[in-house]
Amino acid sequence: MIQLLYFARLREALGTEGESLSWPGPDSVSALKKLLAARGGAWQEQFADNSRLRAAVNQQLVADSAVVQQGDEVAFFPPVTGG
Amino acid sequence: MAIRVQEQDFDMGAEITQLRLNHPQAGAVVSFTGQVRDLNDGNAVSSLTLEHYPGMTEKSLAAIVEQAKQRWPLFDALVIHRIGTLPPLAQIVLVAVASAHRGDAFAACEFIMDYLKTEAPFWKKEATPDGAHWLDSRECDQAARDRWQ
Repeated sequence: MIQLLYFARLREALGTEGESLSWPGPDSVSALKKLLAARGGAWQEQFADNSRLRAAVNQQLVADSAVVQQGDEVAFFPPVTGG
Repeated sequence: MAIRVQEQDFDMGAEITQLRLNHPQAGAVVSFTGQVRDLNDGNAVSSLTLEHYPGMTEKSLAAIVEQAKQRWPLFDALVIHRIGTLPPLAQIVLVAVASAHRGDAFAACEFIMDYLKTEAPFWKKEATPDGAHWLDSRECDQAARDRWQ
């Protein structure tokens, strides 16, 4: 299992702030994005070809090539706008 | 070094005075305060809501301050960032640094703000008379961060 978190505009578009997901990995963040996009609808819109989407694994910003392991916390969010 | 992410307001004067008095060797204290504007891109702003990623936010800010410490000789640094819904003129963020001389203090304060704006997981949603919308990140913020590399 992995723990997924969604923030800000993405959280609103998906209608959920997170979930536990059964994960066949280790595999890449891009593989996880493909898995989520395959749900269709808003998931397809948000996770397929969305170059603005950011990902963090265990609270560290990562590239799409980063590996997601069992037990990891993976967050997806739009570019940050604090300060 | 202190990092605080909180809903409640802060007393900028008291925070900076404390930082200053804690470091008799510091000849320079530089600070930045960000506040909610009442106008953004020509739209009246009635409030700004700040969402964040608890846990990662604090780690990210601590890592940014650590990078600044490695680049400049700092005696101390303070970052306070508010979350929740804030009205115009509310303080959002305070960054203050203490160093022996002003050059290092100015640079470190600006570095911390530039990295905070592009790496710390905060998101702003603006309420206007026409409804609420999430703010987009700005190219100029990324350019401001990239010039430190």
